[in-house]
Amino acid sequence: MTDPIFPYDIATVRADFPVLHQEHHPGTPLVFLDNAASSQKPAAVIDAMSTYYRQSHANVHRGIHKLSEEATAAYEGARKKVQRFIHAASPREIIFTRGTTESINLVAQTWGRATLGPGDVVLATVMEHHANIVPWQMLAQEKGFSLQYVPLLPDGTLNLEVYRRWLHELPVKLVTVMHGSNVLGTVNPVAHMARLAHEAGALILVDGAQSVPHMPVDVQALDCDFLAFSGHKMAAPTGVGVLYGKRALLEAMPPWMGGGDMISRVTLAGSTWNELPYKFEAGTPAIAEVIGLGVAVDYLSALGMENIHRQEQLITRYALERLSEIPGVTVYGQAEQRGAVAAFTVDGIHAHDVAQMLDADGIAVRAGHHCAMPLHDLLSLPATARASFYLYNTPAEVDALVTALYRAKQAFA
Amino acid sequence: MYDMYRENILDHAKHMRNHGLLDPNDFDHEEHNPLCGDTLHLTLRLDADGIIREVGWEGSGCAISQASASMLGERLIGMSLADAKALNRQYVLDLIGFPLTMNRVKCALLSLKTLVVGAYGHEHWITIEDRDEA
Ligand SMILES: Cc1ncc(COP(=O)(O)O)c(C=O)c1O
Repeated sequence: MTDPIFPYDIATVRADFPVLHQEHHPGTPLVFLDNAASSQKPAAVIDAMSTYYRQSHANVHRGIHKLSEEATAAYEGARKKVQRFIHAASPREIIFTRGTTESINLVAQTWGRATLGPGDVVLATVMEHHANIVPWQMLAQEKGFSLQYVPLLPDGTLNLEVYRRWLHELPVKLVTVMHGSNVLGTVNPVAHMARLAHEAGALILVDGAQSVPHMPVDVQALDCDFLAFSGHKMAAPTGVGVLYGKRALLEAMPPWMGGGDMISRVTLAGSTWNELPYKFEAGTPAIAEVIGLGVAVDYLSALGMENIHRQEQLITRYALERLSEIPGVTVYGQAEQRGAVAAFTVDGIHAHDVAQMLDADGIAVRAGHHCAMPLHDLLSLPATARASFYLYNTPAEVDALVTALYRAKQAFA
Repeated sequence: MYDMYRENILDHAKHMRNHGLLDPNDFDHEEHNPLCGDTLHLTLRLDADGIIREVGWEGSGCAISQASASMLGERLIGMSLADAKALNRQYVLDLIGFPLTMNRVKCALLSLKTLVVGAYGHEHWITIEDRDEA
């Protein structure tokens, strides 16, 4: 890549991520291109969790002693950081979960269970991750509503004509759609889709697992009713994620899990629910992980989400260019608005074997259906290999990927 | 790790032995690996004594899973179905002949899983997996 105009110095950023400074085997550096599955963590996040356990661990919301106060302040401080990060109107709209999957299940099991019944339609899309299909299938089986999937155009974008028509013709109660595709890379026009959904009297849930880590996301500008995302894909630890919901909706929703922290008053005859967000946070939460998420949000904000997005767009465009030069390599998804993902196949070599051979050259990619089996069925592909980028990836790493792919092709020739 | 693609694996993956389904047959079962979507469809013909005389299979998947089906298929011929059903994980891993990473073990074992589940049912396969991993 000649003279790239990167918005920040990648070498400085890479120095913050301990995992990146290792050799896969002697003489071969690790090239980590599996970021859509989970990103690496900067030292600041790892240290914050360690410091918490070394100096101020205690349960939150339950003690009047010093450590519990410190832990509670750090935990609630992280909630405010997340609120500002996604531009939510109130910290009460930020519910900590285990991740995107749990966030979506929470909406299905509370709002969905209380609202949906025979005759209703939930509108998803064929490109959804299993996390945004299966919870609705499970509930549909129980409650008897119908689940429909917006189809794709050949370039890997949603067929918005069909979307608009179905919103008019069908009794749609909820639209549930991914913001960024983890396979095709497509960034869906969720602000536009939200406007259409609301005009038709439906709510919209946005799966932000592949957008919140990579670009500025403003829930009030998008006007989405729910947003789900995972910490581990955005430089934060595993085991923590977020459900954002509009306050009025969350207030009206019944709780999901019962237990400590989520109650206002418990008698043997019955209980009343705590206020938001605690109503949806039963039991001792992942305190260290939430604190880690808060520090990750600080880290991303310091770099600037606009800058991160620009950086990733440059790397992704370069990767798509170089991959398309290789004979026999097909990249899937040609959307104009595209995230940092390149799913591809190599003629004559199964995706697993591609990934295994790349691993031999120190390059981590993922192979399989990427939790999007319906999408792979549509593309008539059993599996794809996927290179996915984050804020620390370099053009040289893309070059290493391309060189290794030529080597793999040689071995199978 | 290019070791994994030594000659015998690539040879079996490229030149699959006993490829193609048998019809009619005495055993017919298809399995898939839920982790990666690899599939294997295995058919067998037995003689009057219960000895496997012909093997036919089709599948889609990586070189390891396909080579394992090809290798296991060769060994099944001449074996009694009863003996074949008693094969364990290690038998197949020995056929592959070099250590596999944990995720790839599943690929290699799809052939055995298809045989065992077809013969005994899924519960039995889980028992074998749990026992060998313990
Ligand atoms: C688009 C999308 N949705 C949902 C998920 C599920 O996220 P998690 O496994 O963190 O709950 C993922 C990640 O695997 C994803 O890429």
